[in-house]
Amino acid sequence: MSFPWQSAFEIRDQVKSGAVSAVDVARAYLDRAETLNPKLACFLTIDHEGALAAAAQVDRAREAGETLGPLAGVPVAVKDNLCTRGVRTTCASKILGDYIPPYDAHVIEALRASGAVIVGKTNLDEFAMGSSNENSAFGNVANPWALDRAPGGSSGGSACATAAGLVPIALGSDTGGSVRQPAAFCGITAIKPTYGRVSRYGLVAFASSLDQVGPMARSVREAAALLEVVAGHDRRDATSADREIESYLAACDQGVKGLRVGVVRDLLEGLQDDDVRKAVEAGLAALEENGATLVDVSLPHAKHAVSVYYLIATAEASSNLARFDGIRYGLRVPGEDLAETYTNTRAQGFGPEVRRRIMLGTYALSAGYYDAFYLKAQRVRTLIRRDYDTAFEQCDVVCTPTTPTPAFALGEKTSDPLEMYLADIFTLPPSLAGLAAISTPCGKSSDGLPIGLQLVAAPFEEGRLCSVAQAVEDACGLALEHPGALD
Amino acid sequence: MRRPRLKGRICYLRRPMADAKITLEQVLHVAKLARLTLSDDEARQMQQQLDAILEYMAGLDELDVSGVPPTFHSIPMNAPLRPDVPTRCSDRAETLAQAPESEAGGFAVPLVLEVDS
Repeated sequence: MSFPWQSAFEIRDQVKSGAVSAVDVARAYLDRAETLNPKLACFLTIDHEGALAAAAQVDRAREAGETLGPLAGVPVAVKDNLCTRGVRTTCASKILGDYIPPYDAHVIEALRASGAVIVGKTNLDEFAMGSSNENSAFGNVANPWALDRAPGGSSGGSACATAAGLVPIALGSDTGGSVRQPAAFCGITAIKPTYGRVSRYGLVAFASSLDQVGPMARSVREAAALLEVVAGHDRRDATSADREIESYLAACDQGVKGLRVGVVRDLLEGLQDDDVRKAVEAGLAALEENGATLVDVSLPHAKHAVSVYYLIATAEASSNLARFDGIRYGLRVPGEDLAETYTNTRAQGFGPEVRRRIMLGTYALSAGYYDAFYLKAQRVRTLIRRDYDTAFEQCDVVCTPTTPTPAFALGEKTSDPLEMYLADIFTLPPSLAGLAAISTPCGKSSDGLPIGLQLVAAPFEEGRLCSVAQAVEDACGLALEHPGALD
Repeated sequence: MRRPRLKGRICYLRRPMADAKITLEQVLHVAKLARLTLSDDEARQMQQQLDAILEYMAGLDELDVSGVPPTFHSIPMNAPLRPDVPTRCSDRAETLAQAPESEAGGFAVPLVLEVDS
């Protein structure tokens, strides 16, 4: 398959053999990004200089006979809440509009060491708060399958760039579904690693007990390979797990024979969208044909996940975002005194959804409401976790849809924040339980929009997720299908 | 304000009470705590939106969680310690370059106290 739909593996192998130069690959992808970005708005920054320098370094290393990394010469896009030394990192917020980090995030260091070529920083919902990318201070991202549809969020830019062939692979971050939901909407695969699997060092914090960096790609194998590169222990993140990284790529070839796949029957049957139900059922049927056993499981407390998540995540966000005060970095809007400088800066720097979440979180943590809201949510979180413990006694992975519907229209849910939150119902429970999860395409709706299937596994069972997702991709994925209306 | 559309079985069955979960006065108090300012219109809209969200969240009341421990961290882990040896930290000039205002190798901030000269 040729440009721009080559896989990361094809690009790397050609660069390694010298069939193409990394610089030529970088130029081709940079040109495509420049051409299509006005239509898609998936990049906030396209880094020509940095990308060409990184590519030239790969070419030099090859000429010198050095061993090249697993992503040598592969163009990668990274979400703009990952700190990149010397390259603007905005979090799609006015408050960080001109911020240039003095350091690289752990995952950025890992990408550079692997030989990857970072072509740019992708658009997102401000501070990763949103499910449609409509909360960006710098414009809406389009869904490449239908330009008037939301790409999902908050990693909408990374999903769009990958689906549209602007890069083969990308990094996003996932707090309550922010790589999985846009992956489902844009017809690609994304992994939300177990909490602690990937270092959060240099990921701008939203909700620290939930945030994880996750790989996004047009195939399960490429997502698995990218996870292998970014996973691992980093002592600069105290919650980083010191555990071996298995070969997720090898796991893709292990098959599903004898695996037990848990089906949350009442969630599936409660779906109002027939296309989503049929696509997920087709995915399940394919797994069964390949030797997996389907077992019914239940997650009785999952229906509370929206309440629990939007109390805990906003409480943590209200605390994390207190650092944006106009003193040490970012925007400062001076006032009469220090207090007014704080309020002016924050009122002008934060957009409506970020302000709403800071308000909700501050309320949930405030005197008199802490027990009734925040603490209660943390107790119900335990019940949600226990649901999974029980389910995993009966099965190896739990399967649900990723989203209740395919991509909704841009503007459809912006007037009602609660309605936007409710659409996160399937991705929130595994996040609250800290589990590993993957979303991979399992078909399309009658109007041609991708549909995602979510698989959830016990902590550090990412390999198993790759095995099962690969079987879904082989049977009903979209890996060879691309959005058509772009060029 | 439009009531949220709740879908299928993923909604709460009980939708209790009619009185406001959060008042305009509380909204303004919370805004002060969070160092945010809201115009009159913004405050009214914020009150309506937070009220709808909190009303939905009242669905948690159907659960008895007495005796259930909270999950502050989903994955059990020990706080790791590192050897107490000095290492390089970030470059001062590079760090201060990002400050809105800096002076004499430090962050410059507005006056907090009046100083008699």
